[in-house]
Amino acid sequence: MFIGPFMLVFALVFLAPIAYSLYLSVFRTQMVGGTTFVGLDNYARALQDPQFWEGLSRVSLFLVVQVPIMLGIALLVALAIDSGRLYGKSFFRISIFMPYAVPAVVASLMWGFMYGTRFGLVGNINDTFGITLPNPLSPDLVLASIANIVTWEFVGYNMLIFYAALRVVPHSLYEAAEIDGASQWQVVRSIKIPAIRGALVIATIFSIIGSFQLFNEPSILQSLAPNAITTSFTPNLYAYSLSFSGQQYNYSATVAIIMGLITMVIAYVVQLRGMRKEA
Amino acid sequence: MTVRSRRVLRGTAVAGVLALGLAACSSGETGSGEAAQDAEAALEEGGEITVWAWDPTLESVAADFEAENPNITVNLENVGTGNDQYTALQNAIAAGDGVPDVAQIEFYALPQFAISEALADLTPYGADQLEGTFTPGPWGAVQQEGAVNALPTDSGPMALFYNARVFDEHGIEVPTTWDEYVEAARQLHEADPDAYLTNDVGDAGFTTSLIWQAGGRPYQVDGTDVTVDFTDAGTQQFTSTWQTMLDEELVAPVGSWSDEWYQGLSDGSIASLVIGAWMRGNLESSVPGASGDWAVAPMPRWESGQDVTAENGGSSLAIPAASENADLAWAFLEYATVGDGVATRVAEGAFPATVAELEDPAFREQEFEYFGGQAVNEVLAESAAQVGEGWQYLPFQVYANSIFNDTVGQAYVSGTTLTEGLATWQEQSVAYGNDQGFTVDQ
Repeated sequence: MFIGPFMLVFALVFLAPIAYSLYLSVFRTQMVGGTTFVGLDNYARALQDPQFWEGLSRVSLFLVVQVPIMLGIALLVALAIDSGRLYGKSFFRISIFMPYAVPAVVASLMWGFMYGTRFGLVGNINDTFGITLPNPLSPDLVLASIANIVTWEFVGYNMLIFYAALRVVPHSLYEAAEIDGASQWQVVRSIKIPAIRGALVIATIFSIIGSFQLFNEPSILQSLAPNAITTSFTPNLYAYSLSFSGQQYNYSATVAIIMGLITMVIAYVVQLRGMRKEA
Repeated sequence: MTVRSRRVLRGTAVAGVLALGLAACSSGETGSGEAAQDAEAALEEGGEITVWAWDPTLESVAADFEAENPNITVNLENVGTGNDQYTALQNAIAAGDGVPDVAQIEFYALPQFAISEALADLTPYGADQLEGTFTPGPWGAVQQEGAVNALPTDSGPMALFYNARVFDEHGIEVPTTWDEYVEAARQLHEADPDAYLTNDVGDAGFTTSLIWQAGGRPYQVDGTDVTVDFTDAGTQQFTSTWQTMLDEELVAPVGSWSDEWYQGLSDGSIASLVIGAWMRGNLESSVPGASGDWAVAPMPRWESGQDVTAENGGSSLAIPAASENADLAWAFLEYATVGDGVATRVAEGAFPATVAELEDPAFREQEFEYFGGQAVNEVLAESAAQVGEGWQYLPFQVYANSIFNDTVGQAYVSGTTLTEGLATWQEQSVAYGNDQGFTVDQ
């Protein structure tokens, strides 16, 4: 009885959108011919769609390169701040966390201006030093440029997760280590990292989801580099383009569902692995 | 191309009165009379209409219309420019809710709305009798298979806008053919490596317009039978010339409508544009710093002596079929496109699509301080009369344009050629068309 109101909200807010997407994904609406039931045709099409797979492999590459770098930096900073050997540690903590408070859209615009080779920061550096830096918005480099923005945005957020986990490590452990004559490096390796494994797993899962959902940054930069960032640059951008310029709502829903499933599976595998090691 | 510019046009008061007169004469005899009478009755009865448009000159038109008809309220809403608005409109039509009574739609997007029967046919209001009122290009764009889907508000006959100060400084002659244009681009870039004759990062509207001028007709549409063919002679003529521009890096890699673009137009590092006539008003309002520098010449020709131009952009106002106030909407639409609204819009810098306006000596001889006292409209109006005939857009041009940079755009950033890019664009357009239930051949 008491679960009634909760179930109602749950059904409305969580189940209904998923159900509606599933419903959309088994139909096909044409400009000529109207709407027909097509069963799993949209799924078959998505699985053979080179644009979808290209986008997926792009975000996968992003995942395996950007996420370790970002989490590595976040961990280093968290350990440095936690070590207590840093002057002005609250200043560093705030400054590094600050970019997370900047909306992704604003951050992308800001970086987009800096990347400009004519009037942007890159252009200014070129003019000042008389050199020619490679264009960060060229097709070869644009993914790395986006990774740079995302890293800048989220290092602080992940740092805070790690730092919070480090703060709850009992001090008695450090004292015991000191008595045993352990070096700082040994303390980090044998006490701190194992103690925050849970936080590491959580941060990794968030980052995986974030990578697969990459949308804001490429979508904003698209107007600056329309030829480098195609309409199917990431799976999310592809779903968006399909729906909004192409009016292929059904196929767009299908792509979204498949991406959701893939993300869930990978996040789940990471969680299982993370937990098993912990045990 | 999404034209973020103010483009406008006005119809002539004469034409407006004539149309009203015709409609009035035929009352009781034909369907058109009845609908027009309904519109007049609706005007008297009053009410409220919603207009979705981004054209800034419509604000004064709506205000004047309200002043003339005190019991009518016009809610003018800017829901986005170009594609953003089409998306919103498409969604509203699909949902059957929140559909505006009048919507601004560019010519290239009209077939897409017309094919899905989303727009009201304006023939019952006597719109079919306005044929001679508009220039052939815009008129051809708004009608399809006997139905009039919208009325043109402005047109974009193309011309060469160039920075005369920069041209003089480097002793560059105004090009009259595209070969001369390429030569001028070389000359300028050599004289000043920071300056380019023009900018281009891949723009569907520009590319199709140049193919149009060269005599290419890549799109053939007959109902739901569509042909896409980017291999004809006109297309090849365009690609061979423009490929040279790209290969020799003679175009500035700056996207139109960006801040960099306006900066380049202002400081002379982008020294010319071959673009629609609406650019006149846009330069005046958005590039005030370069006042006195710019001039207008006829669009370069593919063969010297040839008198063919093309249209670039141009908008219309349409009434969605789902509008509940269609009669009142027509009254406003008529006022804005052929009635007194036209004069208001031209006064605010719009470029008309109506014959009487374009032939009006007062319009043609007007001297523009911004253009060093040149009678710019003379050149632009001449271009309007020379637009190549028989051009058609795809009934899914909005989508096709959205994937232009995915395909043809690759020629601007990689080793792909324009011809290859156009082939990919063709292939993907054909696939989409077939997928949407059209019969598309290559």
